[in-house]
Amino acid sequence: MSTPARFASGAEVREGLARVGYLADDAIAGVVYLADRLGKPVLVEGPAGVGKTQLAKSVAEMAGARLIRLQCYEGLDESKALYEWNYKKQLLRIQAGRHGAEHAQGAGPAAWGDVEEDIFSEEFLLSRPLLEAIRATDPVVLLVDEVDRVEVETEALLLEVLSDYQVSIPELGTVVATQVPLVFLTSNNSRELSEALKRRCLFLHVDYPEPEREKEIVRTRVPGISAHLTDQVVGIVRLIRQMDLKKLPSVSETLDWAATLMLLGAESVDSDLARETLHVLLKYQSDIAKASKSLAVGGA
Amino acid sequence: MLDVLAGFIGELRAAGLPVSLTEDIDAMNALRHVPLEDREAFKHTLAATLVKSHAHRRAFDTVFDIWFSPRSLPDGEPIIDPDDDLELAEWLERALAPDDAATREGAVKAAATRAVTRYAGMEDGRPVGGRYYLHRTLRQLDLDGILQRLLAARRQDADHELSDLEERLLADEFRARLEQLRDQVEGEIRRRLVALRGPEALARTTRAPLPEDVDFMHASVEDLAALRRALHPLTRKLAARLGRRRRHQHRGSLHFRQTVRHSLSYGGVPAELKYRHPHPSKPEILVIADISGSVASFSRFTLELVHAMSSHFSKVRSFVFVDGIDEVTRFFEDTDDLSEALRRINTEADVVWADGHSDYGRALEAFWHRWGAEISSKTTVLVLGDARNNYHAAEAWVMAEIAKVARHLYWLNPEPRSYWDTGDSIVDQYGVHCDGAFECRNLKQLARFVDHLS
Repeated sequence: MSTPARFASGAEVREGLARVGYLADDAIAGVVYLADRLGKPVLVEGPAGVGKTQLAKSVAEMAGARLIRLQCYEGLDESKALYEWNYKKQLLRIQAGRHGAEHAQGAGPAAWGDVEEDIFSEEFLLSRPLLEAIRATDPVVLLVDEVDRVEVETEALLLEVLSDYQVSIPELGTVVATQVPLVFLTSNNSRELSEALKRRCLFLHVDYPEPEREKEIVRTRVPGISAHLTDQVVGIVRLIRQMDLKKLPSVSETLDWAATLMLLGAESVDSDLARETLHVLLKYQSDIAKASKSLAVGGA
Repeated sequence: MLDVLAGFIGELRAAGLPVSLTEDIDAMNALRHVPLEDREAFKHTLAATLVKSHAHRRAFDTVFDIWFSPRSLPDGEPIIDPDDDLELAEWLERALAPDDAATREGAVKAAATRAVTRYAGMEDGRPVGGRYYLHRTLRQLDLDGILQRLLAARRQDADHELSDLEERLLADEFRARLEQLRDQVEGEIRRRLVALRGPEALARTTRAPLPEDVDFMHASVEDLAALRRALHPLTRKLAARLGRRRRHQHRGSLHFRQTVRHSLSYGGVPAELKYRHPHPSKPEILVIADISGSVASFSRFTLELVHAMSSHFSKVRSFVFVDGIDEVTRFFEDTDDLSEALRRINTEADVVWADGHSDYGRALEAFWHRWGAEISSKTTVLVLGDARNNYHAAEAWVMAEIAKVARHLYWLNPEPRSYWDTGDSIVDQYGVHCDGAFECRNLKQLARFVDHLS
């Protein structure tokens, strides 16, 4: 199940991601490159809205692969994550068999063995995202989103898939991947993940981007914005991120804000305009109040 | 190379990072795919394979810098007379002024090297740590003065009067650059120390506890900030554990309608029984915390904990005491801002009754008389404190009474277990009535307590 390398170097990954509109830094590109070379999943951690999910999407786009997404939530179980038997269809098959037997007397109960073999065949198997990614013959990228939301017990489901790229189905045997898919797991760090899971992954912490990179992102995503406005937007966002708020502005909110300012036809931001449009950047009333108070005071 | 890496990984383990053998092998494997002459790529590779928690990243960076710092000094610096303070300051300003990060980087690095040569006064064999040299260098550099001069220069260059906001943005930008300079100075000092003493010896002296091992009682302001970030996932878990409704057990009565509905898939045979989910009432959490001087930094942490819990969990009532006791739930409810809540607790809460030395007995007794009737079988009570009672009466009967009615009663003590019941500490007298008394000096122990609850 060896897969030829998709990328030649970290720099190539970086350029490729830039082509599809994702500006990665060296750490991100390097880890994606390593994940491909080592055939290991990447655990991406960081605050909400820094582009963790987008990274997986962009990598899929860059590699021309299909993205298979498993959204995690509390109570996720193997019938939703791995596979499920299509029991309705199985029932139909049994009943159809019974009818057939009644008409063509003679075949009789001997057919049971056939039926059993038949109803536990691939035809009656419903692939859920994990199995789907393993069985795929075309290039795929598997995204396990917000893995910190599942219970510790459910995490164990992932282990076999992530370390050996195989799924054991008691009735069918073990399904082994024909190729190693690129796997991304994202986590908002709402709880510690188990050591076993972490051990199997490469770890990547994505933080709010450096001002230089954020400026670049704004320039790419908000076409036509002036350099002066970009500097101000990114500068003010950095100021706000230093405050003690409930929810800090994420990259996507920076972009929304920059787009809003563009629509308003602003050449530059003064503190009044900043305060009037803060609600684009911040999502809690208490945060908005605090930030606008701080911006109004001026000075350090 | 293998030896160097083995030493590096050994040092990471000594610093407390849990690096397993598989991760060790992964790192070696990964290194085959990156060019070793690229220091940044080398670092990312090691970080991705060896460090699996962001809280450990700082420790990793420090050890990495010590182990893999370039031993030779960068050359191509302009020659300046190192004795001329003014010139060095000017030179620094020129290094920090350009807006382009790439041009700044080299200049700042060279400036840092100069500054260290000039001011740190490093000598072989002096038994002081890097921190001492760092302070010495930075004190001489007068960073505030540089900041002011940089700002003044910008004010002159601007074609219009700078608004408050613009000034602020500039100041923020320059402060970030000065921070870079500080990092460079620190790195330079470290590099020289490595050259003087060798990596092993230096790593031993710079070892700092990981965030989860920092003692609450001795936490610095920086530590507290790191603690707070690590605290949130933990309190969510704590709140969830304490408030867990046992829904996943099939204890409810038969759900007839659903059973019949499901029997249709089996041709009318009720093969799979469905149950109603039990709905046990929501438990209440009640926190009683000592905020006297003897546990000052712990109490700050305690209130952080209570604050974090109340934001994750709706039914938390909190009480604080010294020798009087008062309910402070309302301060946390009114505001999302912890410092605001703390200020109000310190000014408005009525916690001092006589002399401001903690008196557990009196506080507990007062608690029982005023709020005791509100404790029910749904309530979980957490007491946080060192149980140093200044030789007052213990009034341990209150704990016994609480334990009788409450669902659970836990005591969290910020002192090491070996100090318990020495001097005026009377943990045991209270502890016997609790469902458990736990040592809770750092995040790791708090996590262990939370795990114990399940």
